[in-house]
Amino acid sequence: MPDATLSFEEAMEKYDPVLGFEVHVELNTETKMFSSAPNVFGDEPNTNVNEVDLGMPGVLPVVNRTAIESSIKIGLALNCKIAEKCRFARKNYFYPDTPKNFQTSQYDEPIAYDGYLDIELSDGTVFRVEIERAHMEEDAGKLTHMGGATGRIQGADYSLVDYNRSGVPLVEIVTKPIEGAGSRAPELAKAYVAAVREIVKNLGVSDAKMERGNVRCDANVSLRPHGRERFGIRSETKNVNSLRAVEHAVHYEIRRHAAVLDSGEPVIQETRHWHEDTRSTTSGRPKSDADDYRYFPEPDLVPIVASREWVEELRATLPEPPAARRKRLQADWGYSDLEFRDVVNAGVMDEIEETIAAGATATVARKWWMGEIVGRAKIADVDPGQLGVAPATIVELNTMVEDGKINNKMATEVLDGVLAGEGTPAEIVAKRGLAVVSDDGPLLEAIDAALAAQPGVADKIRGGKVQAIGAIVGAVMKATRGQADAGRVKELILQRLGVEG
Amino acid sequence: MTENNELIRSSAATLAGKLAAREVSAVEVTQAHLDRIAAVDGRVHAFLHVNTDEALAVAAEVDAIRAAGGAAAQELHALAGVPIAVKDLIVTVGQPTTAGSKILEGWHSPYDATVVKRLRAAKMPILGKTNLDEFAMGSSTEHSAFGPTHNPWDLDRIPGGSGGGSAAAVAAFEAPLALGTDTGGSIRQPGAVTGTVGVKPTYGGVSRYGAIAMASSLDQIGPVSRTVLDSALLHQVIGGHDPHDSTSLPDPLEDLVAAASIGNVRGMKIGIIKELHGEGYQTGVENRFNESLELLKGAGAEIVEVSCPNFKYALGAYYLIMPSEASSNLAKFDGVRYGLRVLPEDGPMTIERVMGATRAAGFGDEVKRRIILGTYALSAGYYDAYYGSAQKVRTLIQRDFDAAFAKADVLISPTAPTTAFKLGEKLNDPLAMYLNDVATIPANMAGVPGLSLPGGLADEDGLPVGVQLLAPARQDARLYRVGAVLESLLEAQWGGPLLDKAPSLTDPSPAAPALTDPALNDTVASHGGSH
Repeated sequence: MPDATLSFEEAMEKYDPVLGFEVHVELNTETKMFSSAPNVFGDEPNTNVNEVDLGMPGVLPVVNRTAIESSIKIGLALNCKIAEKCRFARKNYFYPDTPKNFQTSQYDEPIAYDGYLDIELSDGTVFRVEIERAHMEEDAGKLTHMGGATGRIQGADYSLVDYNRSGVPLVEIVTKPIEGAGSRAPELAKAYVAAVREIVKNLGVSDAKMERGNVRCDANVSLRPHGRERFGIRSETKNVNSLRAVEHAVHYEIRRHAAVLDSGEPVIQETRHWHEDTRSTTSGRPKSDADDYRYFPEPDLVPIVASREWVEELRATLPEPPAARRKRLQADWGYSDLEFRDVVNAGVMDEIEETIAAGATATVARKWWMGEIVGRAKIADVDPGQLGVAPATIVELNTMVEDGKINNKMATEVLDGVLAGEGTPAEIVAKRGLAVVSDDGPLLEAIDAALAAQPGVADKIRGGKVQAIGAIVGAVMKATRGQADAGRVKELILQRLGVEG
Repeated sequence: MTENNELIRSSAATLAGKLAAREVSAVEVTQAHLDRIAAVDGRVHAFLHVNTDEALAVAAEVDAIRAAGGAAAQELHALAGVPIAVKDLIVTVGQPTTAGSKILEGWHSPYDATVVKRLRAAKMPILGKTNLDEFAMGSSTEHSAFGPTHNPWDLDRIPGGSGGGSAAAVAAFEAPLALGTDTGGSIRQPGAVTGTVGVKPTYGGVSRYGAIAMASSLDQIGPVSRTVLDSALLHQVIGGHDPHDSTSLPDPLEDLVAAASIGNVRGMKIGIIKELHGEGYQTGVENRFNESLELLKGAGAEIVEVSCPNFKYALGAYYLIMPSEASSNLAKFDGVRYGLRVLPEDGPMTIERVMGATRAAGFGDEVKRRIILGTYALSAGYYDAYYGSAQKVRTLIQRDFDAAFAKADVLISPTAPTTAFKLGEKLNDPLAMYLNDVATIPANMAGVPGLSLPGGLADEDGLPVGVQLLAPARQDARLYRVGAVLESLLEAQWGGPLLDKAPSLTDPSPAAPALTDPALNDTVASHGGSH
């Protein structure tokens, strides 16, 4: 039975949301956090492992120096302090995806702490999210539960485990409780995760592909009546692995919590599972603050000492911060503030940058992404970057238009063909027989007919009112069923009437 | 004495010399030890697995290299061809590794421990794997899932533990050398009660990679031998930095063999630890200890007294830190990936219940006792009082050592408070068992090196007594210097090695106790022999 929910508006009227995020970032180091096995996604199960990743008797971990450097870089980019000395701890729990039955993770001594990130919302409002800590840990293996209806361990006949992911370096970024977001909470949630993803991508420390789980978000939501200081009981929604899902999950949980509180029942402190298909969450496992993982300092590792010199060396290698980068890109591309904000809000800044890099002008790139692709992505309910349009496709389409091979209307048709998987733009043009009529003969015939049909307009143009030409062009395009190149039609009309263009 | 008898009774250093001079072949030396194992191990039960084929193959390879001469022969390690036994807590490719536990019965490691790689690089034939208390938890080897090892001095008595197998193998002339591991005394206490030499190096001095962990912050691999020089030779093979062990010291290894050859202790200050003798120590142990002091004094050492007041908390703190770390280190034995898997007899077949059934069936009582103790000590609400306090005690013990070493170059104490007790005598009294390690534990808690060497036989029972030397961290060389001098002074007094006084084990003698454990033959049959 689906949980009861209030409308978002009603929830906001009654309650004040408090958010918190734990974002796990998989680092793209060559080897794992504590072993020399390759850190590679998607290979044959249990091939990227050695005795350390399998938790064989007698093995010892060795910390990956590059992972430490990446973690420090993330900490610096999040405006954190970097611990001069910190340790790993053991988080003890029995579960078959964790081969040692403990996870080696930082606990009370994170490598980075006390930072912040300024998040720009769609209307330009800047919201500061405080970062409590960014700590290092190792990923677990991947369990696949076979048999049973739910794909969960309960009811499964047996489970398969792939330890390729076991020991992959992770940085977990934990925010402080985020208060005051109000009805902007879902939007802030999405913008925050997008900002973290952008940072780790820019740093080059993660492949940052959410669909591959490189960046994973657990979203904590609680509600309290307006004016109350004490936080409500929170839920932690797991497995929120796209930006849109983050926004939707927070939106949903606010509505669900509001309904629970309205019913007079207490909110249960638990994990929730996000379901993209129903855009709702279901109950996971109860999560108590008193879960006892019997943490203690990892005795097999010596403390990590980050000398100030080392930290400064790393700071010097940091790329341009996202905010500065945005400023630079806007100036380079010559977009107005409004145009640029729309681009950012639509989440296509990176895509436009890549399209320009592939050879398009800034205007052309914006026209395609904002004019064509964003709308299609919305209909398809995916992030624009995930729709399947490569920058090269846009450049190819645009070149065809500029060369007069096809017109804009045809180009959008070709784009649909590309998205339908019919092939490259060139193939689709050939297959569909799309080509601008370039032989002037049939065009002149249509022009003459149009001029004859609208003699008044022809006179106006002759008299110098060139802007009246649209009516004639329109008629010609209609007569040629859109196959004519409008620019060429214009030229020929002016020629015909002896007017300078 | 037969020729074989001469080979098996030779020190590693002597064997190395004979091998280098080609007076004897490595195959002959190895075969002599394999023969000895076949002759006596049915009664001693030092070995869980005998590695006949591989040991002989390595020996033959050494002989072939020596016979061919040239650079390859020149480059052979001094101990090439000298056989060695390895405690079955250390993983080896090609032989089973059980840790003395049913939970790992039949398991073969896919990788070699770093120390084993170094033995192989030195071309030392590995004779087999030696018995131990399960997961090295015990002071008698009675906690081995595969039956106890018997003390070659008196087969009714314990050989110490956890490394009783390695110590007994060396004491019974089944191997000239062995590897042990020492978490709270598991190399030194067996050395003491079997009349052999055992060294726990400075923490980090020898790589732990491939030693199945009991308590990571306390465990050290070290040499077991019959002479101080032999331990130095072996220490140099296995010691030095290992990039696979983050706690391994980066320092280059000192010349320990040279230290063992200095031959004098003149002007050295040797500190008696006030808290580690006297009350609670057997009279014969105390007498032999005092004799050693007199000998050192006579050799020109200055004997001073030091006080380590916090040592009285060492045993208590140790029994919090060790089980805490062990409870986590042993969590991996769950039947999911390797080793024993036991399915619950009834009820739902969930992963938790399979893990539970496996661990219930696979672990022995002492292991369970320590896992429960450690799990409790690490639990929320108890952590500060137990694990946290124990770590503070550890700091205090380190400070006691610092203060003591400001006054003395080396510290000295009896290794164990008593000589070997009877098998079964303390099995149902864990606390009495734990007290055996009272003198050895402080070194593990502080990470300092310790060496035990034979100090003579106790008057009251004629059994070996151990003398322990302790040095500051990274000053293992001092142990070898003082140890070798004390050893030669004692042997001069005895007119030869102490082990000359041990029963031969092969002569049918009415004094030799009969086989007491009927399960032993089966165990040897299934774990001994070539593979």
